[in-house]
Formats: sequence, C-alpha cells, structure tokens
Amino acid sequence: MAAEEGELYPIAILIDELKNEDIQLRLNAIRRLSTIARALGPERTRKELIPFLNESVDDEDEVLLALSEELGSFVEYVGGPEHAVCLLVPLESLSNVEEAVVREKAVESLCKIAEVLPNKEFEDSFYQLVVRLGKGDWFTSRISACGLFAVAYPRVSNESKKELRALFVLLCRDDTPMVRRAASANLGKFAKQLDKEHLTAELMGTFQTLALDEQDSVRLLAVENCAAIGKVLTQTENTHLVLPTVRACAQDKSWRVRYMVADHFCDLCEATGPEITKTELVSFFVKLLKDTEAEVRTAAALRVTGVCTLIPKDMAVKQVLPCIRDLVNDSSQHVRAALASVIMGLAPVFGKEDTITHLVELFLQLLKDDFPEVRLNIISKLEAVNKVIGIEHLAQSLLPAIVELAEDRQWRVRLAIIEYIPLLASQLGVEFFDEKLGNLCMTWLGDSVYSIREAATNNLKKLTEVFGVEWANATIIPKVNSLYQHPNYLYRMTTLFAFSVLAQVVGMDVIKMSMIPLLIRMSTDKVPNVRFNVAKTLGQLTALVDAATVGQSIRPCLAKMQDDQDKEVKFYAQQALQMC
Amino acid sequence: MSSESQDWKFCQVFGDRSPVEEVSDVDIVSAVEFNETGDYIATGDRGGRVVIFERCQDKDVKSKKKEPKAPEYKFFVEFQSHEPEFDYLKSLEIEEKINKIKWLNRTSGGHHLLTTNDKTIKLWRVHEKKVKQVMSTNIPVSNGVFSRAPPPISALKIPKIQTRESIVTAQARRVYANAHAYHINSISVNSDGETYISSDDLRINLWNLAVSDQSFNIVDIKPANMEELTEVITSAEFHPQQCNVFMYSSSKGTIKLADMRQSALCDNYSKVFEEEEDPANKSFFSEIISSISDIKFSRDGRYILSRDYLTLKLWDINMESKPVKSIPIHDYLRSKLCDLYENDCIFDKFECTMSGDGSQLLTGSYHNYFHIYDKNTKNDVCIEASKYAQKTKNKTSLTGKMKLGRKKEPKKNDEINPDTIEFTKKALHVAWHPRENLIAVGAANNLYLYAAQ
Repeated sequence: MAAEEGELYPIAILIDELKNEDIQLRLNAIRRLSTIARALGPERTRKELIPFLNESVDDEDEVLLALSEELGSFVEYVGGPEHAVCLLVPLESLSNVEEAVVREKAVESLCKIAEVLPNKEFEDSFYQLVVRLGKGDWFTSRISACGLFAVAYPRVSNESKKELRALFVLLCRDDTPMVRRAASANLGKFAKQLDKEHLTAELMGTFQTLALDEQDSVRLLAVENCAAIGKVLTQTENTHLVLPTVRACAQDKSWRVRYMVADHFCDLCEATGPEITKTELVSFFVKLLKDTEAEVRTAAALRVTGVCTLIPKDMAVKQVLPCIRDLVNDSSQHVRAALASVIMGLAPVFGKEDTITHLVELFLQLLKDDFPEVRLNIISKLEAVNKVIGIEHLAQSLLPAIVELAEDRQWRVRLAIIEYIPLLASQLGVEFFDEKLGNLCMTWLGDSVYSIREAATNNLKKLTEVFGVEWANATIIPKVNSLYQHPNYLYRMTTLFAFSVLAQVVGMDVIKMSMIPLLIRMSTDKVPNVRFNVAKTLGQLTALVDAATVGQSIRPCLAKMQDDQDKEVKFYAQQALQMC
Repeated sequence: MSSESQDWKFCQVFGDRSPVEEVSDVDIVSAVEFNETGDYIATGDRGGRVVIFERCQDKDVKSKKKEPKAPEYKFFVEFQSHEPEFDYLKSLEIEEKINKIKWLNRTSGGHHLLTTNDKTIKLWRVHEKKVKQVMSTNIPVSNGVFSRAPPPISALKIPKIQTRESIVTAQARRVYANAHAYHINSISVNSDGETYISSDDLRINLWNLAVSDQSFNIVDIKPANMEELTEVITSAEFHPQQCNVFMYSSSKGTIKLADMRQSALCDNYSKVFEEEEDPANKSFFSEIISSISDIKFSRDGRYILSRDYLTLKLWDINMESKPVKSIPIHDYLRSKLCDLYENDCIFDKFECTMSGDGSQLLTGSYHNYFHIYDKNTKNDVCIEASKYAQKTKNKTSLTGKMKLGRKKEPKKNDEINPDTIEFTKKALHVAWHPRENLIAVGAANNLYLYAAQ
C-alpha cells in the first residue's frame, strides 16, 4: 500500500459510496473500482474487495452492468493472471441475473479473463464454471453458458471436450426457446473450434434440428449458422449438409426466416463457394426477389449488387436483371428505395454497354419515382454511373431528369442535387453548364428553404473554383448583386452570405469593385438583422483586402454603424472594428 | 377431472365486505389472473393497483379435521402499477384502471408480469429482496450526514454488510408507452417467451419484451375515413404453442385467426369464425349483443372459447362455420335488453376461461352468478358468489339441472326471475387454476375462490 494518508481520504469516500443509497454515486464508485483496487493492493483486493462485490449482485441493472464491465479488465488489480480465478466468482453470479445486457457484459468479461487464465487452472476453474452455468436451473445461466463454449473448448482435455460437446447439444435441445436461441446464435462460433470430424458427426444433426425448430425465432438463427459452418466445410460437404438447410430456410413459411436468408445472402454465397452459388443459390435469390412479403424483397433488393458481383455476368443479366426490372415497379416504396440505393453499383459490374442497354432506363425510371427517397438514392450515387458510361451519355439521358428534380417539391431532393452540381459542372464544361444549369443555380439562391439557399451559396463557391474568377465575375456576381433589392430581408441576407463565402475565392479586385460598395449601401438597410450581418461580413473581408481599402471604405462604414440604434448592430460593428 | 360428482365449494374471499352500493370505484377488481403454476393470483383494480396472492404451503395451513385441505391463498404483495395521467396533446384523462394482467413464465428468482391500462403497458418484476445494512464505513456517519471535518484515516476499510429480513418488492422493469392511439383491451404473451402483442380498438402491435421503445403494427383495421368505421377489435390472444398464430375478436361477433409467417402486416386473416345470425332473432340490439367480450384458446390450442353478451361459445379450430357448443348464460335477459341498454349494462364485458384440461368452461353473469359448464357431462352449474352463505352443501347434482349455491333446491334457468336480479352485482372477471379445479371470480371489490375436489 503505497498510498499516503492524505490520499486515503478520497478513496475512503469512494469505498463508502459503493454502498451509497444514491444510485448515481454507486455507479460512479463502481466505475472507479480500479482506483480503489490500486489503493488496496492486490492482496486485499482479492481477499476483501472481491468477496464484498460478490455480495453486491442484487443491485440495480445499471450498477451491475458497470460492475460486469469493470471486472473484465480487473486481472492486473488482483495480482495478474495467476490470481485471475477469483474474478470468476462474481462474474458467474452476474451471468445469472435477469437483465440480458448485464449477462452479455458478464459473458464478455468472462471470455476476456479466460484468455489470460493459466493452463493448469483452466480446467478446474473455467471449464467447471461453463458446466455449472450450462446445467443451471434458471434458463438465464444456461443462456450465458452458450456464449462461453467457444472460448473454453480449445483449452480443455479431450475428455472435457467431449463433455462440452454433449452439453452444447443438450442446450440446443433445451425446453426454453430462449436457450435454444442463445445456443443457435453461438453455434457458428463453437463450430469453428471443433475438429471437422466432431463437427460433422455430432453437431451437424443438432444444427439441422435447430433449423427445423417450431419457433420462428430459433429457426431464423440457423441462417447465420449456415454461413458460419459453410466456411469450414468443403464443397461436397456443403452440398450434403448445409445446402438442404439453406434451401429449407429460403422456402420457409415464415417471412422472417426468408428475410434472414435474403439479408445474409452474400455471406451464404461466400460460405458455400462459387459453384453452389451458381447452380443453386441464384435460383433462391431470384425467388426472394419475387417474394410475396415486401420486407423480404427489401432485404433481397439491398443485396442485388453484392450477389451480382459474385456470379458470372451473363447469369446476372439473364436471371437477376428481369427481377430487377420488376422491382423498379414494385408496389412498395421501401423496396424501390432499397433497390435505388444499390442499383447504381451494378454499372461497374455490367460494364458500359450493358449498362446503357439495360440499366439506364431503369435509373431514369427510378429518378422519376413518386417517392422522394428513391430519387434521392439514385442521385447520390450518380458518380458510379458516370465512371462507367461517361458524362456524355449521362448528360443526354439523365440530365433532363436531373433538371426536373432540381425543382422538386421536396427540399431534401433539391439539396442532394445541389451537392452534386459542382461535380457535374467540372465534367460538363462552362458552355454546357451555362446553357443547361446556370440559371438553376441562381434560382436556388431565392429558394424558400434556408438550407437550400445556404447550399446554393456554397455551391457558387465551388463553381468558382471550377470555372475561375473571370467566369464568376461575369455570371455570378451580377446575379448575387441583384438580390439585395429583394423586398424580403431574408433574401437580402442571402447576398451577404454569398459574399462572405465567395470572397474567399474571387480575389481582391472583385471584392473591391463589386462587393464593398454594395455592402456600404446595405449598411443602411432598414432591417437591423441585415445591418449587423453587413458588419459581420465586412469584418470577414478585412483579412482579404489591402490596408488602404480597409482604411478608406470599411473602417468609416463600421465606425458609422457603431452609432446604430440597434444594440446588436453596435455590438457586431465593434467586433468587426477590432479585426480591422 | 371427472365432474359427475363435482361439488363446487366456496374457499375464500378477499376484499371488503361492504354492500355493493358502498364500494368505492377505485377498489373494483378489473383483472384476475393465475400464474403458470397456479401458486399465485394477481388482481388489478380500477385504482391502478395490483395485488398478488400466494398459495399457502401445506405447512402454513393449520390442518383442520381429516378432510383434504381446501386450497388457501394469502396476501403476497401489493403495488401501484399505474397512476392517473393526463394527455395534454389530446386533452384526455388517462385512467389508471388495470385492464389486463398477464404473467410471464417464471425465469429466475423473481416473477414477471405485464400490466396495462388504456394506454401504457408495464413489465413488473416481483421478487424477494434481502434488506442489507452497511455495518461499517470509513467515514463515520452522524445523523445520516458525513461529518464535516475528515478524521484522519489510517487504513481503508471495506464496508461490512449484514443481511437482515427480506421483503417482497415490485419494480417496474420496462414501460411500453406511446404505441396505442386507442384503448388497449388485451395483451398476450407469445410462446417464444420473447414477444407479446397488445391490442386496442383498431390495431394490434407486436412487442419484444426487451425493447420498450419500438413495436410493430401487425393488424390495422382503421378505415381511411373514420366515418366508415363499422367494427372494433375487442380482444386478442396468441396461440399457446404455435408462436406465429394469434386470434382477435371483433364487435361484429367474428373471431379471426392470423398467421404472422405470411406477411409482416396480418390484415389478411387465415380463418374467420362466425356464426350466421338467425334472422328471426334480429332486433335493434342484435349487433350490440353479438359483440365478443373475451376469447381464449384452450391449453392445447385446439379450441377457442368466446363470450358474447348472452352466450358462451366453444369453437373447434377446424370448424369455422359454427361453434361446436353454444351455451346460453342468461337467456332470461333477452326480454330485458331494452332496460339493460338504458342502464348501460348491455356493454358489460364478461370474461370467459377454460379449465386446464379444457373440459370445463367458466364465465360470469349478473347477481354475482357464475357458470361452470362441463363439456363431457353437459352439466351446467350456476353458483352465486357470495360472502355470506358460504358453505354450500348441495348433494343433489342432477345432470342438466342448475345449481344455485345458496338455494337448497337445484334451480333451472327459467326459474330465475329476471326481475329479482341485481344488475349492480357483476361477476365480470374469471380465472381458472392451470392444473386444479380451482377458480377465481372477481366481482365488485371482491375476489372469490371456489374449488371442487
């Protein structure tokens, strides 16, 4: 115990707070358990603190959760791995509590500790603990046990290994669905630790039984196990052992199970290998894309691109594409939105020609969808298509639709379009842009939604970066300037915002010639909000112009504003003056 | 459980013995439910309280005479489940009345139950808690406040804990709120132990017990235009074994069976149980009295029991066209429907239930009568739940005859004079012990227990 007397006081308080009536204080004390342990030293921690904590497992869930977490990293405080066994006791009690999150955390911590436990003690301590939990009366402990098998198995004797396998099979057949679910959820992890011969001989039967469980919630977990086990087995074994289960799940009566298949489809393809994917899985996938339940179709639609990358192109075109065509017209907007979010990814898979012949029309159709999210998802991924089919094709085929969307009623859609404009501009060139999109960019400045106006000003800045100062001076500045006469002060302020953003890129001459005179004129605007924003903008401009301009134009204007009637205008004028 | 010689005997009554007129509204029982083992009974009342009774262990019961002991329950715990609330958005008062209670299967040391009022469902944990006292602290506590000036501390002490007596406490574990726009009429726990449904007048929602902030709508019968509304959901229940099957009843007298496997939204039912109405009996009240007030699956899931205003019906799950048995409960009221409409009694919701083996059916009536119908012997017993004439000795059990608890003579249905019936005494809530011939009847502020050997 190295702690001095003066330092003991705060720790003493902390220890007392472990049992305080206020849960917040208790929680805090638990969170600093390592401080307490350090002060007590390893021996007292083992002999006094840990037994004390053992008695504290009837606390609130929040406290227990914190305790479970702390104990996971407590090995160093009890004197290193050779003493880590003492931590198993409180964690075992914590694996028994009712609240699932506490149990999960306790199991997590147990796994952490198991890693550092010395070999000679492992069998007597950890293995016994798994067996005790696995045979517990309450299902809560049995659930916790399921999470420990994968860690315990590799480090025990062959005899115990056999026991563990038998116990696991028992848990997979437990009466309580909750335990079967936990066992099924951990089956994949456990399977990876097993020798192949044991896996196929002892666990496969159980795996198949779980896949036929009467409870939907148990059955649907089998899907993930298919993926996990499939990775371990060879192709022939997969065909005999895993494929029937995948097939059964893909055709399950319950849409929830089919949903899981759709959701994990890429994993399943990877696990079973390209050959089985080609011969069997693709046909399941096609069925899932045509499922009667919209939730299943949504999950399947999200995997379209992933699956198409795993199969030969001609197969994708022949088998999957027709389904995609149907999905574009799906009755559920969620399905269409899901499809829209991934369909653009198909362009690189299909290549230029096939994209143009097959996909572009689908993109166009989705761009015209009634549901804004569908349109949005397409727009946000235009770049991928651009790379494949080139800007000319894109401009010809998609641009009209984009222009239409630029005036969409949904401001989020307009916003997405605006964000895409600089990219489009850099590829279209000045002339083409001026002709087709220039006007649009200006109308956005007068949009009724602030976010759009804000995005529009940022857009102008980016455009200036692309097309250069001269272009900006000739096209943007006059338009921006004309806005200051707008009867609504909110639009007049757009001029100010545009100035402060554009000033950073247009250079000193433009600022001097076009911006400052206008700002001085606006400093007498009848709305105070406009005036103090003028002050703010002027302040920002001082850094971008030479001293002479500051002295001649900006400073006098701000000085005048200092005497404004409005408090806020005065304040910002003063603030700006300090920057001069 | 052959009932040929069954003799229902009064066992116990809980609650005040004041006359019906003096009972305060908050004390009226609004839900009764046995747990899975039958060792506990939970009751809810209009005051938002839940009272749980525990079966006395044999050693607790002072053995009286040689007779087999009658089951006996004792007070276990009481807690306030719901408080009156006010919905400021809709300017509506939300009553604290407990509409339904459901026990979850026992998972560990504690008991869990779901309780609901009109809007909010709560998950309660009832368990025995050991009261612990901290014996020694590092800093001496004076009058509950740590002394100001820290005394010098020479060594750290770990607090010592002493366990004192244990108390039963109830703790709200989850609150499932804001999912129902209309009044919740039933809740039902799934056989998977993970999910449950709650149904209100127009919708049924599916919840995960561990997740209180989201639920999925699985049935929605709300028409686009509320003026086209013709029926409401009155009750809903999960199949006892098949996790994907549930049923719901409507005010039009139909029971619909739906399969959650087919689609996420179960608006399309798989089966509908409905009896053609006899046009001869049609009257102004037909629609009101055909409204189903309660439905229950039998334990094996093979039969469905339903209760409407005048009858108790038993349906075979494989026959949708008509019930296998229709038992008139108080047909003598048919002539009085007009009065019952005027005093609102016609809207009373009587519950129904089945014995554990499904051989006997139970439902309540007015005048604190309750009916036990035996499927095998076709014997219909009618007993008045009463605090006074307790020991009913009725040896004259005759097939097809009625028995009235208080009367010495068996009485036939038509012998009951509807004019002497007290309509303020309603045996609305009934529950059957899962394994024994032991029933609980909730009427006004009382819970009656009856048993047959």
